[in-house]
Amino acid sequence: MIQVNGVTKTYGSTPVVDGVSCHIKEGGVTSIIGPNGAGKSTLLSIISRLLKSDAGSVTVDGLDVSAAPGKDLARKMAILRQDNHLTVRLTVRDLVGFGRYPHNGGRPTAACREKIEQAMAFLDLTELADRFVDELSGGQRQRAFIAMVLAQDTDYLLLDEPLNNLDMKHSVEMMRLLRRLTDELGKTVVLVIHDINFASCYSDDIIAMADGKLLHQGPPSAIMQPEVLRDIYEIDIRIEEIEGNRIGVYFA
Amino acid sequence: MTTQISPSAPAPAGAAAVPGPRRRVPGPAAMLVLGGTAVLVLAVVSMFVGVSDVSLSSLLAGDEHAWTIFWVSRVPRTLSIILAGMALSVAGLIMQLMARNKFVEPSTVGTIESASLGILVVTVLIPGASLFMKMSTATLFAVAGTALFLLILRRIPLRNTLIVPLVGIMLGGVIAAVTTFFAYRFDLLQTLNSWMTGDFSGVLRGRYELLWIVGALTLIGFLAADRFTVAGMGQEFTTNLGLNYNRVMTLGLIIVSLISAVVVVSVGSVPFLGLIVPNLVSLLVGDNVRRAIPWVAIFGAGFVLVCDIIGRTIRYPYEIPVGVIVAAVGSVLFLYLLLRKRSARA
Repeated sequence: MIQVNGVTKTYGSTPVVDGVSCHIKEGGVTSIIGPNGAGKSTLLSIISRLLKSDAGSVTVDGLDVSAAPGKDLARKMAILRQDNHLTVRLTVRDLVGFGRYPHNGGRPTAACREKIEQAMAFLDLTELADRFVDELSGGQRQRAFIAMVLAQDTDYLLLDEPLNNLDMKHSVEMMRLLRRLTDELGKTVVLVIHDINFASCYSDDIIAMADGKLLHQGPPSAIMQPEVLRDIYEIDIRIEEIEGNRIGVYFA
Repeated sequence: MTTQISPSAPAPAGAAAVPGPRRRVPGPAAMLVLGGTAVLVLAVVSMFVGVSDVSLSSLLAGDEHAWTIFWVSRVPRTLSIILAGMALSVAGLIMQLMARNKFVEPSTVGTIESASLGILVVTVLIPGASLFMKMSTATLFAVAGTALFLLILRRIPLRNTLIVPLVGIMLGGVIAAVTTFFAYRFDLLQTLNSWMTGDFSGVLRGRYELLWIVGALTLIGFLAADRFTVAGMGQEFTTNLGLNYNRVMTLGLIIVSLISAVVVVSVGSVPFLGLIVPNLVSLLVGDNVRRAIPWVAIFGAGFVLVCDIIGRTIRYPYEIPVGVIVAAVGSVLFLYLLLRKRSARA
């Protein structure tokens, strides 16, 4: 369980995250949505200890992220930011292998090698294992990074806009994959996402933010309501139910 | 919580058991042995090049004069070339990982310039300073200069590939200008020049032993290889993998500064070596430091040995400083690599 208590982060005099409290339960996909500048990525960075908050606290399964040893946290949760540029030339297998670093300190065991191969197979990367990451396409590269955090084998997986730079086909594949991670492997996935319809179709829980504040939290059925979405995005969004999923129509 | 990952499609039997084919590195261990042997051969050649007549036959004949020159001059020179070549190349690799940029090395980010400034300061203030004192001061200055470069980098919002080396060159230029000014005022310009241009001709027994320190630092670099690879992926990756980013950066800073300072004090800087060698190795085996560092060390040592042999023979019996040869051969080699890479991608 991730517990967020009154987290605040201020840049200059502007609060980017403003007294956010919430809890994210174990096992399931939780999407953080909201307009640009809502503080979604900042909140995710604070939860994952990449950024220090000015006030408040975050615990993951009882571990205080600002105080617990880095190594313990690295075995508990993995974070992948958007726009990952590697300046080092690594093969896919090497990159995925570094996901095991918190477990083996750089000395891979047979069990580690198996985990690495499994993570690559799960993301359909086995064929590309010996290719250098900088020679891959954008979608393949994104999959390689996901495989790395998957090999890290943590209970919690935090992803900042994992659909960035992916086309429709790969976006759907990525969301299905995240679903499988929770359904088959029992992971807890938290992601920042822009597309409310992806959030609606694939999440168990949605956290909606605007202006640094948490506005709503609930299952897709509760969040995908015209008046709720109007509150978040300040536009009128019609909701249609298609094959059991609630889809927001906002293109015209 | 379950930890078993089941692949969506059944993996072909034994797929995980068989190590994947290393397409790019045929028999890495065998290749390394081959490379190491090549360096040994070059080292032997290097020991028999020079003005004084030291040949295998004169050594075997028990010529005492030949043996003296061999032990006092030839062996120390070859050893110092190997040690400095290895260490400067590894320092370049570590610097590139810390700056997350392929186009930096200690002589383009102000490290070498700062070390020179340090030696100048100690030479002016304490005229009879020991070699150790010079080395310590040079190291302190090198740490300060390199740290300043890394701090500036952190504050640059747009870290594109070209800005990083430009910032380094500018910083190095400013420090070098200050150094030159004071060297001019204190009539030490010629001495300064000897620190900036690597030259192994003055190496004698009793004057190169500090270089064993850089040999040890190279080994530390190898032992911490994975940390540097992780740091090269950036602060966020490093934090995610449970490592303390600042601690890794500090370790790298100390290794790079100490190597630079010791090399400048004992034989003078060899510019571009740390740029050319790691980039060459990167194209061949990639940047996984654990795999790359033995290659960087072998290439570094071999490259300087070759350049030194060239420098000693083309104007025989005169010598051209090795730094000049390295810069000339290196820039051509580097240009070739860059152009080849581009045409392969186009």
